[in-house]
Amino acid sequence: MASGLRGAAGGPFDLALGRGAAVAITGPSGAGKSVLLRMIADLDPHEGEVTLGGADRAAMPAPSWRRRVAYLPAEPGWWHERAAAHFPDRAAAEAMMPSLALAPALLDQTIHRLSTGERMRLALIRTILPRPDVLLLDEPTGALDPKATALVEALLALRLAAGTAIVMVTHDEAQAQRLGAQRMHLEAGRLNLA
Amino acid sequence: MTPIDLTPADLLIAASLVLVDALASVLLGLRLHRQLLVAAARCAVQLLLIGFLLRFVFAAEAPLLTLGIILLMVAIAGREVAARPERRLARHGNQIAGLSAVALATFITAIFALATAIRPEPWYAARYAIPLAGIMLGNALNAASLSLDALLSAVTRERAAIEAQLALGTSFRDAMRPLLREAVRRGMLPIVNTMSAAGLVTLPGIMTGQILAGLSPVAAVKYQIMLMFLLAGATGIAAVGAAYFAARRLTDGRERLRLDRLH
Repeated sequence: MASGLRGAAGGPFDLALGRGAAVAITGPSGAGKSVLLRMIADLDPHEGEVTLGGADRAAMPAPSWRRRVAYLPAEPGWWHERAAAHFPDRAAAEAMMPSLALAPALLDQTIHRLSTGERMRLALIRTILPRPDVLLLDEPTGALDPKATALVEALLALRLAAGTAIVMVTHDEAQAQRLGAQRMHLEAGRLNLA
Repeated sequence: MTPIDLTPADLLIAASLVLVDALASVLLGLRLHRQLLVAAARCAVQLLLIGFLLRFVFAAEAPLLTLGIILLMVAIAGREVAARPERRLARHGNQIAGLSAVALATFITAIFALATAIRPEPWYAARYAIPLAGIMLGNALNAASLSLDALLSAVTRERAAIEAQLALGTSFRDAMRPLLREAVRRGMLPIVNTMSAAGLVTLPGIMTGQILAGLSPVAAVKYQIMLMFLLAGATGIAAVGAAYFAARRLTDGRERLRLDRLH
């Protein structure tokens, strides 16, 4: 799927995964794990090619690519005051919230009143709802307690079963195992099977 | 009524007020007297030079000379716009955005005014074109620098919010829209304030000058109203232009947010 990616984090990085497959990337802080996800999402200038189901990324307008290959940063940004305004389909968001132990009423809160964990889970819902083909997740459970982490993993497992591919950065090796993800290690500008 | 021509002696009498200021600075320990005297001297010398230069240019009736002077004024204004913001776009982005914005605003409004409302003979007569371009430039400069500064600081502050939208497949244009709107608003507020306060709080400087120079107040007012409308047009074009030209430099063909181009 991705080949010869070369940028600020080193490289070339090569990465391939099929429908419903997951890859978990570990590595020391600052090794460029986030930068690698951003390269796949085409958010930073870099070299290399990425394809999705045979379709070349370069032949696709960037916004269409990012709708199909959605990136969730470790500290997601918000651009409206209220949580609900970030969800074009409020009913769909409300339907998914209980599965992550979030009360639908949270949508009426302003973003700065929400806890870090609540914001992270809402951002995950925001990213999953449009049903992208690939999810690029940067430490999606980094700010969550064990209970919420288990709920997020269950939701991700459902997406995997539905055919979504997931590339995630994590510090938790057990998490990779629970999701049945192939483990890869990024260090000193090289990406290797772990 | 003919204008009362001022003699050098008249100007010297007025200059005594500057000396009073300087004296106050010395007595109160403001340490402003040097700067004050230098500024007053610069003001007199610069304006006198411009006065003689304009007299020469008006008499010369050479369109190329007129155009050359206006272009020089545009270049200086563009540089000022570029210098205001704390952040700089790489590869002379600030200069290009500033210059394009003030040039566009000045040429469009000045030519519009010369071709429709004022209609001197010929339409490019230096006596009309240069002062008109000057006042448009001054206001376009103000609007463009406010707008550019607002956009460049907002884009740094809102980086996470913009990228979150890009990551979900929103176009760069849509993600930037609220920031552009805010920047243009900032650039246009001063002219809105000036127009609403005109005549009530302030007598605009040009009008005051014209009345003192002997023009009837109503004739002076009509000129002032037209100028205000032209200025509103110029500030709008300059504010929109500066924000959009800068925004274009902040992205690339893949609709990324290129903050690496901002230093």
